[in-house]
Amino acid sequence: MAVREAEPIGSLQEVKEAGLDREDLLGIYRNLLITRGIEERGHILYKQGKIPGSFYTGRGNEASAVGVATAMGPHDVGTPIQRDLGVHITRGLEPWRVFAQYMGRSDGPTRGRDGNVHMADARLGLHTMVSHLPAMLPVGVGMALAFRIREERRVAVAWCGEGAAARGDAHEGMNLAGVRRLPVVFVIDNNQWAYSTPTYLEYPVDHLADRAAAYGFEGVVVDGTDVLAVYREAKRAIEKAREGGGPTLIECLTLRMEGHAVHDDAFYVPRELFEEWAQRDPIERFRTWLRETAELTDEEEDEITSGVKRLLNEAVQRAEESPLPDPADLAEGVFARPEELDTPHHM
Amino acid sequence: MPEKTYLQAISDGLRQEMRRDPRVFVLGEDVGVYGGAFKVTLGFQEEFGPWRVLDMPLSETAILGGATGAALMGMRPVAEMQFADFVSCGWDHLTTVAAKQHFRAGTPIPIVVRLPSGGGFSGGPFHSQNPESSFAHIPGLKIVCPSTPTDAKGLLVSAIEDPNPVLYFEHKHLYRRIKAEVPDERYTVPLGEARVHRKGDDVTVVTWGAMVYTADDAAGRLKDDDVSVEVLDLRTIIPWDHERVLESVRRTSKVLILHEDTRTGGFGAEIAATIAEEAFEHLDAPVRRMAAPDTPVPFSPPLEKAFIPQVEDVVAALRDLAAY
Repeated sequence: MAVREAEPIGSLQEVKEAGLDREDLLGIYRNLLITRGIEERGHILYKQGKIPGSFYTGRGNEASAVGVATAMGPHDVGTPIQRDLGVHITRGLEPWRVFAQYMGRSDGPTRGRDGNVHMADARLGLHTMVSHLPAMLPVGVGMALAFRIREERRVAVAWCGEGAAARGDAHEGMNLAGVRRLPVVFVIDNNQWAYSTPTYLEYPVDHLADRAAAYGFEGVVVDGTDVLAVYREAKRAIEKAREGGGPTLIECLTLRMEGHAVHDDAFYVPRELFEEWAQRDPIERFRTWLRETAELTDEEEDEITSGVKRLLNEAVQRAEESPLPDPADLAEGVFARPEELDTPHHM
Repeated sequence: MPEKTYLQAISDGLRQEMRRDPRVFVLGEDVGVYGGAFKVTLGFQEEFGPWRVLDMPLSETAILGGATGAALMGMRPVAEMQFADFVSCGWDHLTTVAAKQHFRAGTPIPIVVRLPSGGGFSGGPFHSQNPESSFAHIPGLKIVCPSTPTDAKGLLVSAIEDPNPVLYFEHKHLYRRIKAEVPDERYTVPLGEARVHRKGDDVTVVTWGAMVYTADDAAGRLKDDDVSVEVLDLRTIIPWDHERVLESVRRTSKVLILHEDTRTGGFGAEIAATIAEEAFEHLDAPVRRMAAPDTPVPFSPPLEKAFIPQVEDVVAALRDLAAY
């Protein structure tokens, strides 16, 4: 089973066949802009000293995140990682809660218990990552196992980066998923750098998706800057899993356009590489496609852009009004109470 | 009431929970066709089918991470580590993911991990350990160490009901050696309540697991010395019953803390520190600890006998305390 390299999407007709109407396309564009806008403002807030700790972004990965999340069904679940803010946004997490999370406020999804993108709102079908990537791969496999046991037509999407794919959790999770043909889709955000380590020091095969063959399922490499191609491949994989066709490993190729985190200037990444990938900026690329193929007008674009700007202005303000957590409540939540079981997010 | 072994009590409790709640399922190595290395789940796959009694690859990470994911989706997984020792392969999924998830995200992780633990049968360094104290240090995990068949069943039911990750250490030495009357009906034993295994007035022994019987044998020998020993079975390590321990120590004024795990950083140290803080003025002797020495568990019988606290060791320690 050779790895397949996905073709780009061209015409509007192909996009329609993949299940997206024009409203969906504008929605995707909006989600891309919100995702990048939050992270750009996050940088400013960080420099203003309003975000404690460190600050991680997914610049360059927006299309990969938004594309996969758009393909997920309403009852599907996922475990996105730190480059995948777009997944949270696409699933409906309100931007002000993201800023509240960054700033360690009470209204962030972790109520100040954890920082940056270590968050998720379970009511949106998302479950928070830990730093020890790819620990969420076996967890995602367990979610798929629950669906399989209950014979539900639901799919779990489990993310990791190409760096984390070197750890044993990736092997154990994928092996189990393959053995049991579970309804899970693995997404590897391959942004070419694990902190400062390049891919040739991370894995010795051409593509990480090549590994899928070893687990008995399909591997696909897709251009992670092409939101429509990512969407189409994710949709195929998710629906295949839903129909009992087992897992797929999707490798989304991008470049991490910033350092590992805000403190890192990424001096080790060749300048030419940044320049090359800047030409393939996922948002600019999709915008051009929308204008050329879907007749995106100036008015529509202005409306979306100004709407996003307004949304983010209000979001920052609302987050700053969110109270800091009360130290008296520190120990709250170490253990769950019985009445917390069987809440909707557990279904 | 029927008499059952410790192992049958665990098995019955688990089967009963699986019958009443379709969300409860079992996953582990060789738990299906083979019925588990110790036969706790013998016959389960015939009754509940292959998707509720899952034979897993040799993948502790996938077993524990998978249990966590399934729990997030509303299931009640009961994972079996073939031996407690192997839990180290899945450490991250208990300590990094499951233990911290509710604190961070507010989502409960109701999983039970069954851990056949303890030595006494020449299992050597990798099939004999009692790693409870490593996990006791991790906020967010609960730890259960039953010593009797009655408690084994009731605590297992409580562990499955609990909305948190619970590590359930079942002592292999007790599996077929200990028998007692166990009610057929469903019942729970609350986590965090110690049990008085033997009443006494002169010295308290605080212990759990197989050491309850070592302590009890030693206490019986002390009767000849006219020393009355109270044996407290802690039953659960997290949470542990401060109140009952302190009450007993204040009454007897002398205490020996006994465990099969190694000494340094063993959970006995935590109990000793708490007694020193909370009951110092009631003590008539220094708090004593007896534990395995700080070595890996040895294989050869004379070495293992020297490693695991023996009745005569406890008798000597109790005599010292009584005479202090």
